[in-house]
Amino acid sequence: MADRSRFAGLMGIAWRESRTARRRLLLYMSSISLGVAALVAIDSFTANVTQSVSEQSRALLGGDVSLRSRAAFSATTTRLLDSLATSGVGVSRVTQFASMGTVPSSGNTRLVQVRAVTANYPFYGEITTEPAGAWSRLHGAAHAIVDPAVLISLDAELGDTLMLGTARFVMIATIRSVPGDLGVSAAIGPRIFIPDDRLEETGLLIFGSRAEYDALLRMPPGLSAAQFAGRFNQRFATDTPRVRLETVAENEYDLNESIDQLGNFLGIVGLVALLLGGIGVASGVHAFVMRKIDTVAVLRCLGATSRQVLLIYVLQAAAMGFVGALVGAAFGVAFQFGLPWLLQDFLPVDVRVALAPGAIALGLGVGVWVALIFSLRPLLALRRISPLQTLRRESDATVMRGARRDSAVMVVSFAIVASVLAIAMERAGTFERALWYSAAIGGAIGALWGTAVLLSLGARRVARPSWPFVVRQGVANLYRPGNQTRAVILALGFGVFLMSTMYQVQHNLLSQLDLKLEQSRSNLVFFDVQEDQEPVVDSMIRAAGHTVVQTAPIIPMRIDAINGQSVPSILAEQDSIARAFRASGQRRTTRFRSNWALRREFRSTYRADQSAGERRIAGQWFSPNDTSAQISVEEDVASDLRIGIGDTVTWNVQGVRIPAVVTSLREVTWARFEPNFFVVFNPGAIERAPKQFAILAHVPTSAEMATLQRDVVRNYPGISSLDLSLIQNTISNVLDKVTSAIRFMALVSLAFGIPVLFSAVAATRRERLREGVLLKTLGATRRQVGRIMLSEYALLGALGSLAGVVLSVGAAWLLMKFVFEAAFTPAIVPVLIVGVAMTLIAIIIGLATGREVFQQTPMAALRDA
Amino acid sequence: MLSASHLTKEYQSGDHRLVVLRDVSFSIDQGDFVSIVGPSGSGKTTLLGLLAGLDTPTSGTVQLDGTDLTALDEDGRALLRGEKVGFVFQSFQLIPTLTAIENVQVPLELRGEGNVAERSRDVLQRVGLGDRLDHFPTQLSGGEQQRVAIARAFANRPRILFADEPTGNLDSDTGTRIVELLESLNRESGSTVVLVTHDLSLARRSRRILRLSDGALIADERTSGTPAMAGVARG
Repeated sequence: MADRSRFAGLMGIAWRESRTARRRLLLYMSSISLGVAALVAIDSFTANVTQSVSEQSRALLGGDVSLRSRAAFSATTTRLLDSLATSGVGVSRVTQFASMGTVPSSGNTRLVQVRAVTANYPFYGEITTEPAGAWSRLHGAAHAIVDPAVLISLDAELGDTLMLGTARFVMIATIRSVPGDLGVSAAIGPRIFIPDDRLEETGLLIFGSRAEYDALLRMPPGLSAAQFAGRFNQRFATDTPRVRLETVAENEYDLNESIDQLGNFLGIVGLVALLLGGIGVASGVHAFVMRKIDTVAVLRCLGATSRQVLLIYVLQAAAMGFVGALVGAAFGVAFQFGLPWLLQDFLPVDVRVALAPGAIALGLGVGVWVALIFSLRPLLALRRISPLQTLRRESDATVMRGARRDSAVMVVSFAIVASVLAIAMERAGTFERALWYSAAIGGAIGALWGTAVLLSLGARRVARPSWPFVVRQGVANLYRPGNQTRAVILALGFGVFLMSTMYQVQHNLLSQLDLKLEQSRSNLVFFDVQEDQEPVVDSMIRAAGHTVVQTAPIIPMRIDAINGQSVPSILAEQDSIARAFRASGQRRTTRFRSNWALRREFRSTYRADQSAGERRIAGQWFSPNDTSAQISVEEDVASDLRIGIGDTVTWNVQGVRIPAVVTSLREVTWARFEPNFFVVFNPGAIERAPKQFAILAHVPTSAEMATLQRDVVRNYPGISSLDLSLIQNTISNVLDKVTSAIRFMALVSLAFGIPVLFSAVAATRRERLREGVLLKTLGATRRQVGRIMLSEYALLGALGSLAGVVLSVGAAWLLMKFVFEAAFTPAIVPVLIVGVAMTLIAIIIGLATGREVFQQTPMAALRDA
Repeated sequence: MLSASHLTKEYQSGDHRLVVLRDVSFSIDQGDFVSIVGPSGSGKTTLLGLLAGLDTPTSGTVQLDGTDLTALDEDGRALLRGEKVGFVFQSFQLIPTLTAIENVQVPLELRGEGNVAERSRDVLQRVGLGDRLDHFPTQLSGGEQQRVAIARAFANRPRILFADEPTGNLDSDTGTRIVELLESLNRESGSTVVLVTHDLSLARRSRRILRLSDGALIADERTSGTPAMAGVARG
């Protein structure tokens, strides 16, 4: 009873005593708000997307099960599908391929994605059109429903005729939405839906054409997708061509996994922001503690025990931490509602935004905990304040000195590390990944901290007695007892680091793209050119006065055997070894040849010379005198197939077996806009095989390009052509969207640092006030005091920005090298601009926080301070 | 009530030791009104800190109401202070964020007592501040602030009250009234009062004077002066 009334008494004191400090405490606690906002927004949105995926999963797939193949289904599979259809399983078909669409009225042509669908497609979800309800009219006549981009780029209207190959379609509507399609995918190749039964009329699917064949199945009552998969998966997987089976649950799982991964990655950024906020809280609460020394000394005189004192201020910190987290959660929810708009082009589902109580509670909980554990460290010092301070006031630094050797501080420090691990564990799921996450977080903060320490030590060394007094005093302030130099540099550095890293990576990716486009001398590519058409197209290009840059023959083939062992035998052997290992419970140490590489269709070429986009990394290039079949293999595929120089691969080229010896391995720059190949033969070995061509040309103006494309398509409707500048524009458009998303994130990351900066600067306010007043008493003008502060904050801002920039260059280099696998050139000027802007922000915050130093008269301040 | 036995306090300052109090012994009876006087640096405040358990001696013991303070840890001494000791300081030491009545409530609330608002109001009325209950320290004059501090000190009916230069920051008239208030509360409540001052005229109002010089107790004299005036003074 006495304990309870004592606690109530302490609550009362805590509440009343916080009266004037609430706003200040709240400012310190707002350091965590943005971190909480990020966590709540990311987690809520991930929950919304997952929920929407789950609700729309059947619509996303279009059926309960999807079967997908890169070539027309085999006779066996077709027979099986027919018999399934008669036994109650719904079967709809989609055939997708790229082709040229032409509008005869304007004569314009454009590369489009054709989707020939059966009348029962899709089983789930709805394809919406403009005008509404046109989907049901697609079948029964030669109708087409097209992306609005088709109308715009071909200068056509609804009702106009569209030619695909040799068939004519009337465009009856435009597409508004297709379940499961990304908004950006339509930007790359506009979609055209046509009835499946009119596909043959186009005459487009002939030898070597690349198309994707899908069958979507709807299970009858009593048969689940999983049961179906269990029964038929093996049959489809071993069929030739191979058929990939995916159930609605697998599709949902894949989608959720990528969404979770993205959420986890963003969550780490949020977590780092939250921990940085924790450091801000610690700095701010440190300042708060300094102001409370006198009050605590009085409380101690009045009989308060150290526990009671601690409890009073922990209660205050917890309450304000809760408010700070609550504000953050509110921001997070607002942000969550804005995210679908920002990301709509990159999401496969229509996200239904709803409050996610779990995510909000988690964000609040983590936020309050971080606020509490980080404020506990400085608050513990209150336990050590002696009641003697009421009789004889010592300096703040002396009072706080004793607090450092406190075992409870070590316990709290340990709890902070444990908390980071626990939160990372919650994010990562596994202990190993949690360790990696924690190491990454610790690494980022540690590297900034280390850089801050080094830079401030460096500044101290560099300071010279010959410098003006105000500058020397400003530098000296970086080392005042209880300084917050490292915290300020950390806060500033982190903001600059995130912003600059994003900018560097974006800049490098864009310049890579420009570079590759420049390197590629061609700007127009014709593909699906049949053997008999090649000389005609070639002469058409030359006759128009343009240059043929490259003509690449393309021959489809599969692997028959490696070093004499047939593919089925290799697969069987690998399977039995795997089974033996599984049975013995041992870990398999031998690497297998990849099933994927063994079974895939290779589209190979032959030529005498290496192309500019590839580099030989082993072996010798073909000798012109040696006419036996030789191949040069791309390094990753060679590694997948576990083959090297001297191995013999037997190829099945349209039924003819051709053994070829590996004579070199190549590294290929895939991002170059030109045909690249896994396998290159020496000329002569497969010249006589049936083939088609890709022709690269250079055409100076877009008008000439349009004319040439139109002429070629008119003669050969099956030939597709692609304007590379169009691709560049499309990619630029997509990148523009990515860039605005990145800029937004960068601004948010900058905002993370500002409350932390405020707290860190406020931490030294008392000393600054005393010192400024003392200087004024000794005759310093307001101007001089101002200059000292200016030089201090300019230096802090510059050092913080420098720390961020230096680290961001390192991080961007790592990202470019290991994630994007491309060269890195630092972008200096824009990053310097960011640095200067941050320095200005630091100066503004510093002067704003220290305005009392200007305002106070020496007398009044000496009395209060 | 209070006894000091061979109290010595030393500070280590760099290489040399600084002896602030040397071998001080005396005892004070319950209900007495004692002044400790001496010039600046004579060790008055240090002695007060040791007697009230704010600090620990280098050697010697302090017995407060039968408890050996030197045997208690910091929290033990805090609990004892909360129960038996009141303080009045030269610089008032009110908590700036609390009103007058809230300042008086603090020691009661720390002890978890009930009826705190009513009791605090009574005490403030006794020191003549019944109309200033909800004023913050900055809204009160120096004398009023010191009266709030005295009310706070007496709120939990302490067995002993320590006053460290309670008139040091006040003009002489106000200072006199504050001492008169201390005297009357001493009489009415029976609390022992220990007053530290360098003002001899104030000291002479107490019943006993302990003189310190250079850290040593050089005189222990009874005065003729019993408190001249009763009743509550105005600040």
